[in-house]
Parts: sequence; C-alpha cells; structure tokens
Amino acid sequence: MNMTPFSSVLIANRGEIACRIMRTARAMGLRCIAVHTRADADSPHVAMADQAVCIGEGPVGDSYLSVSRILEAARAKGAEAIHPGYGFLSESAEFAQACGEAGLVFIGPGADAIALMGNKAAAKRRMIEAGVPCVPGYEGADQSETVLVQEAARIGYPVMIKAAAGGGGRGMRLVENADGFADALALARSEALSAFGSDEVILEKAILQPRHVEIQIFADRSGETLHLGERDCSVQRRHQKVVEEAPSPAVSPDLRARMGQAAISAARAVGYEGAGTVEFLLDDQGAFYFLEMNTRLQVEHPVTELVTGLDLVAMQLRVARGEALGLSQDDLQLNGHAVEVRLYAEDPDQDFLPQAGTVLDWVPPTGPGVRVDAGVVAGQQISPWYDPMLAKIIVHGATREEARQRLIAALGQTVLTGLAHNRDFLMRVLSHPEFANGSATTGFLAAHPEALASPVLSAAEKAMTAALRYFAGRDAFAGQVADELLGWSSTGRLRHSLRLKANGEDILCEVTEAAGEVTVHLDGDDFACCLTGQGMRVAGQLIRISSCDFRAGGLQVVTDQRCITVETVVPGVSEGSAAQSGQVTAPMHGNLLEILVRAGDSVEAGARLAVLEAMKMQHEILAPVGGVVAELPVSPGVQVRAGDLLIGIDPQA
Amino acid sequence: MRQFDSRIDSQSPGFAQNRADMLALIDRMRALEARAAVKSEERRPVFDKRGQLSPRERLSALLDPGMPFLELYNMASYLVDDPDPESSVPGASIILGIGYVSGVRAMVFVDDSGINAGAMTAKSVDKALGALKIAERQKLPFIHLVESAGADLMRYEVGIWAHGGGMFAGLARLSAKGIPVITVLHGASTAGGAYQPGLSDYVIGVKGNGMAMLAGAALVFAATGEEARDADLGGAEMHAETTGLVEYLAEDDAHGIEIARDVVAGLGWGNPLPPAPECDRPVLDPGDLAGVVPVDYRKPYDMREVAARLVDGSRLRDFKPDYGPATVCLQAELFGRPVGIIGNNGPLDPDGATKATHFFQLLDQAGTPVIFLNNTTGFMVGTEYEHAGMIKHGSKMIQAVTNMRVPKISLYTGASFGAGNYGMCGYAFGADFLLTWPNAMTGVMGGEQAALTMEQVARRTAARKGIEVDEARLAKQRARIAAHFDGQSDAFYTSGHMLDQGMIDPRDTRKVLGFCLATCAEARARTLNPNSFGVARP
Repeated sequence: MNMTPFSSVLIANRGEIACRIMRTARAMGLRCIAVHTRADADSPHVAMADQAVCIGEGPVGDSYLSVSRILEAARAKGAEAIHPGYGFLSESAEFAQACGEAGLVFIGPGADAIALMGNKAAAKRRMIEAGVPCVPGYEGADQSETVLVQEAARIGYPVMIKAAAGGGGRGMRLVENADGFADALALARSEALSAFGSDEVILEKAILQPRHVEIQIFADRSGETLHLGERDCSVQRRHQKVVEEAPSPAVSPDLRARMGQAAISAARAVGYEGAGTVEFLLDDQGAFYFLEMNTRLQVEHPVTELVTGLDLVAMQLRVARGEALGLSQDDLQLNGHAVEVRLYAEDPDQDFLPQAGTVLDWVPPTGPGVRVDAGVVAGQQISPWYDPMLAKIIVHGATREEARQRLIAALGQTVLTGLAHNRDFLMRVLSHPEFANGSATTGFLAAHPEALASPVLSAAEKAMTAALRYFAGRDAFAGQVADELLGWSSTGRLRHSLRLKANGEDILCEVTEAAGEVTVHLDGDDFACCLTGQGMRVAGQLIRISSCDFRAGGLQVVTDQRCITVETVVPGVSEGSAAQSGQVTAPMHGNLLEILVRAGDSVEAGARLAVLEAMKMQHEILAPVGGVVAELPVSPGVQVRAGDLLIGIDPQA
Repeated sequence: MRQFDSRIDSQSPGFAQNRADMLALIDRMRALEARAAVKSEERRPVFDKRGQLSPRERLSALLDPGMPFLELYNMASYLVDDPDPESSVPGASIILGIGYVSGVRAMVFVDDSGINAGAMTAKSVDKALGALKIAERQKLPFIHLVESAGADLMRYEVGIWAHGGGMFAGLARLSAKGIPVITVLHGASTAGGAYQPGLSDYVIGVKGNGMAMLAGAALVFAATGEEARDADLGGAEMHAETTGLVEYLAEDDAHGIEIARDVVAGLGWGNPLPPAPECDRPVLDPGDLAGVVPVDYRKPYDMREVAARLVDGSRLRDFKPDYGPATVCLQAELFGRPVGIIGNNGPLDPDGATKATHFFQLLDQAGTPVIFLNNTTGFMVGTEYEHAGMIKHGSKMIQAVTNMRVPKISLYTGASFGAGNYGMCGYAFGADFLLTWPNAMTGVMGGEQAALTMEQVARRTAARKGIEVDEARLAKQRARIAAHFDGQSDAFYTSGHMLDQGMIDPRDTRKVLGFCLATCAEARARTLNPNSFGVARP
C-alpha cells in the first residue's frame, strides 16, 4: 500500500470535536496544531494544542471556512496532515484537493468521493447503479417546472423537494399534494440558491414518520471496507439530530447485516477511504432507503465507539497514513447500548434561539459509563459566530434502559450556568414514554410540543428557589454575627419579603425564620425548607440540587430536574418623569444648531436628536426613551432657554 | 471558671408553675405587639390602592435576610394615650430597631403609617429621640422610612411641639458627628416632618407617593388662598428636579428600599471588629429561663441560675462569693468575649455595695462590659445597716455605676426598687441598653410596702393627736395605695412609658445581650469623620 506517514496534524476545527481529535492524536504521539479565531482565543481546544494559530477575527467565512488561511497556518507550523473534523471544510472537495496539492495528508476520503456524495442527485444515481436501495424519486437534469410536476405525480405524494447540493434541512420542502407543489418548489429553490449557490432540486417520495438509521463504515486504502453497525438518530428537531443511540431499537441482526452490506456497497461504489456514514430512512415495515452519505467523522461517532470499543479517530489517522484496518467484519461485536445527547446553547423556551454569553460554571457529569466530549470551560465566552453545540454527553449501559436512565441521571448532575441551554429539554425527551419504549421516529419531537415544553415551576420549586435566595442573601453577611444570632429577631419571628423572577415567572413570597427553621409562605401555602447534604427538603420532599451559584445579584440553581435562573426584581434608578415621558427639553440656554430627526421618525433610546450650542460647546441631545417623534416645536437656528421643549417623543408609539 | 451546677429541677411542679406564669406574660407581650400589626394591616386597602408596601413589608425588605434584629421600644405608648389595657396600642406608630442593611448594623426607623396614617402619639417624639440618642451613642447609620401625617392636631400639646424639635437637633447632630442619615420618602412628610428629609444626608423619594412640604394644599389655601396641588408643592419628582431635596427617585416602595440598601452598601461602613470569635453555647438551656424565675419578685431565687443560662458553656467565676453574699458578682464569657455580671440574691447591704463597687472598678480597669441583672427591693434599712454606713457605701456604688466607661447593659429581670434601681444601673444611669422582662416590677418601692408605710404614718399621726384610727378608711387607703403603686410598677406600664428601651422574651436574653454587646463593641472600635455643621444640601 502507498504509505503517507505524518507526525503532526492540524485540526481545522474548533470546539468539542477539535478537543476530541486532539485527545487521540496526542495519545498517538502526534504534534497537534490548533487554529482559532480571536473570538475563540480562550477556547479549550487552543489550550490543549501544542501549537495554535490565529486565523481570523470571528466570522467563519474568513477563518474556519477559509481554505487559504488554514493552509497558510499548516505551512507556518509545518503540519503534515489535516483533520477537518465535521462541518466547516470537512466535506469540501476543493479543500481536500487543495490539501493534496499542498503536500498535506487530508484525513478523509478522496476529493472525488466527497464531490460525488456532495451532489445529492449524482450520488443517488450512483447508488441506484450500485444496487443500494433508494427512495423513489427524480434526480434528472431537466429542472423545468412541468417536468418536476409530472415526476412528482409519478413518484406519488407526499413528495419531498430537496436542494440537490444541500444538507441539514435547508432547501427542503414537504408537499402533501399537487396543489402545493408550485409554491413549495419556488421556496425550496430560493432557499437552495441562497444556501448552496445552486437552485437545482431533486424530488423524493416522502417517507412519513420514518426512523433515521445510519451505518458507520470504514475503508482503508486497499479497499477493505467494513461497517461498524448502525446509529439511530431519529430524534430530530427540524432535521437537526438531538439524541443518537447505538444500536437502534428497530434494527435486528439480520436487518443490520443487510443495511451494513448496502452501506459497504455504497462506499465501494465511490472508492471510499476512511470513515464515512451512510444514512438511511427506515420505514415501519423494515424497508430502508439511501438518504445520503456523510464523507467525514460524524458528531455522533462516540455511540459507535462505546458499543464497538473502537477509537474511530485513531482508525482515521491510521488509515490516512496508509495502514490497513487490521480488522475483519467478524471481529466486530456490539456490546451493550450507548446514547448521546447534544448540549446546545439554545433556549428551548424561545424556539431554540441560539444563546451567546459567558459560561459561569461548567461541571460535566461523571460516573460509570459516562463520557463527555466537551469544548467548553468555565469563564469562556460563547460567541454568536459558531454552532451553539457546547458538549456531547454520552452514556454506555448494558441495556438500552440502563443507558437511558444513566443518561438522565448524568444530565441531572450536569451544571452549565451563565446562558440558557437545552439540558432540561433533553431530560424531558429522554424521559418521554415514547422515547423510553424505543418507538420514537423522526416525527417524535414535532408530535409532542406540549409534553416537551418547559413546565411551569412547581410551588415546591418556587419555595426552594426563594429559600435559596434567602440563604444566599444571608450568607453574604453572616460572618458579621455569631451563628446563634442568625435568623433571630427579638420580635419572635423574622420576616423577609422576596420578589423574584425565576425562569421568567414572578415569585412573590415571604420567608420567615424561627428557631432555625425557614418557612416560605407562597400563595397561601407554607413550605418548611431545610438544607441537606444532597439538596433541600421542601415540605418533606427532597429536591436534589446539583449546583447553586449566587453572584452579582443573580442566582443560578441547577437541580436534577431543571435549571432555574433567578433575577431579583429591581428596576434601575429612574430618570426624571419628564425623561420617561419623552419630553426632551433644553439642558441649558443655547443656540439650537441642528435637528437630526423629523416628525414621525422612529428613534431608539440614546439616538441623537439634535445639537445645541452653548458656551462655545456643542451638546448632543439624545433620546431618553425610544418611540416616535411626535413634536418638534422649535426650528434649527433658534435661541432656546433651559427647560424649553425641543422634541416630544411618544414612547407608546 | 467552672460550669455551674444547677439546682433547678425542670421536671418539678414549681418549675412548671413558673414557666406557665412567665409564658402567659410573654404571650401578653406578643399579643400586644400583634395588636399594633393587626391595626396597621387594616389600612392595607389604602396601601394596595397606592401601590405601596405596608410598613412591616418595608422593614422586611430593608433588612438583610436572616440577619438578627432587635426591636426597641416595642411597648412605647402602651397605656399612655389610651389607659384601657384592652384597647391601648403599643409602638407609638413607629417600628424601630437595630438591624442589618447591606451588611451594616443600622438604626432602622419605620413610620407605622398603617396606624392613624402615621400620626404621632404622645410617645412618638420620645421614641424618636430615644432612637437618635442610641444611634448617636452606638454610631449607627440612621435609616428612616417616612410616611407620617405629622403631629396629631386633635391631640395637640404644646410640650410635644417644643420637645419635638429635639428630633431635628438629633439629626443635625448625627450628620455633624459623621453618622449618615438616610431617608426614604414613601409618603407624606409634612410640616415639621418636612425637615426630616431636609436634615438627611441622603434622600430617596418614591414617585407618586413621596411628599415633603411645609404645608399641604389645604393649609396653603387656608393661609394664602393659593390653589395648589400636593404634587407641585412637595412631590418626590418635583424635589428631584426642582429643589434637589431628593437625590434618588424610586419607581415604587420596593425600589426605594433597594436604593437605600445600595446607598448603605456604598458607605464603606465596614465592621471595625474582627469576626465574631468561636464560642460554645450554654450547657444549661436558655429556654429554661421561663421556668427558672418565679414571676412574683417576693419569691427568692439564685441569680446564678439565670446567669449560667446566658453565658458560654454555663461557666461562671464567682467573685467574693462569701462576702456580701446577697450581691452576686460573676465573670464569664458571652459570645466569646469577657463580661462581668452583677445580680441580686437579696437587698443591697453595705458589704454587697462595697463588693459591687470594687467589682465595677476592676471591670472598668480591664475594659470589660458589665451586665446588670436587676432583682432588688432596694438598699437595706435598719439601725445596724445605717451604722454600717449604708448611705456612703451605696453612694460609692452609684458613683461607680454612673461613671464607669465600659459598656453597661441593664436588665430588669424581677424587682428593681428604690435606690437599688440606681445602684443597679436603672433608667437614669446611662446604660447603653436597658431592657425589661415582662414580669419585672420597678418603682420607688413595692405597693404593699408603700401602703404599709403610709398606714404606719397615719397610725403614728393619730396616736400623737390622740385620735382614734378609722380602720375601714385605713384599709381603703391601703388598697388604694397598693394598687396605685403596683399599677405603675408593672413592666407593661413602665415600658409603655418608655422607662426602658424595650421588652424582651426572657428566653432570648442571651441573644439580646450578645447583640447589644457587639453593638457597643463595634461603636467603641469605630472612628467617625465628624465635621462642624453636618452635611448641608444644595
């Protein structure tokens, strides 16, 4: 075999996957080179690397997606190989090509295989030729609407319109019947054009409520190709995977062998090398259809690692050096069950809006069978530039149920504070009976919006939150007095009113302390609250607390059920009433030089409204509140007196 | 020092009786406190309508959660304006105490505007003066949450007006001494009350409700015929923009209090003392104090049984136990710091008085605070004691008590009669804190003794004049005198008349003493930044 040895590797990625790759590369004795942006300078992947190169400011287009900057970094540090991770340039044939031309070993398949699999229509044609089952569809070059409508009718509704160059759900439209086709096509094309630069589409029969089952394959340079079993990634939100597991509860050994064989055929058909994933849709009759092939390491590769005992990154590196896999299909045994969830900095209560901010605290879970692949540290800035996935929590168990329970417990221990994330949502997903019994399909999340939405805080949780806030306030000054005096009042009972906002809900309560017992009076009920080693006993019931963090007036509580963020309700120091009402008056005598707004303009608080000249200085008049300019009683060039009304803003408008 | 060996059997019927008697008195005290709170709460609809917090809610929002609070003058005004024990409301329309605000020990003064709109009672001025005096002496920032209708014109007395000026003099003095005064205007502060914000170092005004003016719209119309609006005359917004009387404008009560907390946090008023030392708790339960002490002062008990339930580890060192044994002098530690304790196991006799004087001088020499546990019917009388120099020895004791420089905390735990009260640091003797148990009796002498004395005087006069004694009349007189004296000796009466600084649950005594001693220690360790005239506003 053609050997391509290397002793250093540049990881053209960031976050958890960069750390994951480095972990193995370091263990294999390779020198690791990280690339990063200025926004990522304090990220853990930078700290972990032997060398690091800054390749840009923040935006990905000028950094992690820039072939030239990455190659320049490789040259500067003398890297011999490049691992692209997933996302970014990992499926760019151009990048793979450029690496080869620059004399670097690209850890992945050849550019041709990437290019072929990157084009859905071409890939599907090749798969049909290779005998891989595909969803009935149309991948023709004739993109006229007439032909597409005919083809849709031939395939039979419901039909899926997909961007030929796409992935990740963009440019994808489900059409229920012929009436909606034209509109959906137009939308799919415009999305495809803006996302991928091409408006070419393919049509597919829509398999409703299917499972997403994918096969991990591995091929070495000699053409030896294996499959490492399947992963079930059916739990998806808008085509983004949320939970992944191996093996699939819906796949029998016989089906596994057939799907595995199909995946191997798919890989061989494109002369594949390295790690790849062949994605299939599996319907409820056990029929499976080729969906696409991902020519890279997958986010969810750890579940395969946990059930096979293999290190996929090590295998990638060895194959890239030209070594043989040294394994046969019969050597592979699946052991137990693994489940992975993706911890995202996104707020499930705000339609999963990505969150930016500073990580106050990050305590990953530990325990038997628990693995955490994280790219986050306490104090880190989470910038809006990148994918909001912060970590993956993966758990192995002897059975699916053991793995599921362990993962719920591990998530309960997981502490991530400072910004909203989806931990509690993940716990609700894992606890849902439909997931628990293994019957979740790709339609699962969309089918249960209520069950999976954040429940309101229970009265006990509110009481606990109030008691913790009380203790936090007390602890702030407790050192001032002897312990015996804490919680004591000569009036017999110490009362403390609290006004809090917890996860957006108002809590109005009174906390009393007498004879060392704290009671929260909330909505007519009394809750005796007492701290224990594990959490807080609230009216007799234990709430397990993983973390409680009080700083800068805010309180972050993490229980094994949910994360609670508390703000103390205090409005800021008020401006004068005139300012609040939007009546902008002259701060002093002077000449009104300029008025920068017109009646009817919308202005934001702080916007420049006018310029006043007084005592040879120009004073900017700023909007005290946002609103619409309603009054302009004075003209520019006029001498005004202190207190004269200059501009009236209607804040209600 | 060794752990005191108690002779009290907490299972005995006597203990149970004492306890039941004392708990009944404590219940009475709590019921009276609740009477003020309930009455204040009747105004809730008005507070709700105005978007206000009630005075007690204001207090609870101002204080740091879980930090201790000592209420002062909780019985003030009881049986003063209203002589009926069943309807008289204690508190003088003010909630007052020492508590923690943003980690700072402070004097907290809340107008109880739920009662008579916060209008002043006969004792309100005295209570305010008491608060100012304690704040000045203990160097406590003074925080006043204002909402008061001012003087009650229906009960106008010229003396109260004249006397009331002391409140403003007191504020001026605090500011000049370097003790900050912080006022939150929650509601009206009219007429004389308007000088409260004027004389404060920091004023927070609550929008809409906060008000300060020399005369409201009604008086202005009566005086000048001007038709004015209260908000224009003295609204918080007006003062924030026009007069500069208000530094910080608050959206509502809670916000105003939050600003006040912020202002206090910004004072840099740290605790000058090292952190509270480690200490052990009493071995003998302070909760048993209710059963240790008979509420009838005529039944004797050993004051060591009380002291041992107050001090660390119940450890006492008895000073000269066998010399003047009726006067008990003890040394101990309270919350890790040394204290001297003087108590009475009987009347003060010449030996007891000289022993006490010696003891006071030793404590003063070492800078050790003194605690007075009053249970005395007075200095001993009779030929033997007169010959032994009772007057001069008692005088020495009074001199020492008066002029000691160390912190003095006096507690009425039982009887405190006659000059015995003077020797044991009573009302006039400048205790840093003077508090009472609800069973205490204080006065020139017990009612029975006074009645018998007057009866003897009558009999001797009759004998000298050769008149026959009218026994029926004499019996009537005896009953009348006894009632007259005892009524005025009762702790609820004396506390209502502000002859102490507050009534406490005896079971809280250790905590009260610890709190007061720490207050004194902090004050003595603190250096202020005085100026000549107080801080003037623009």
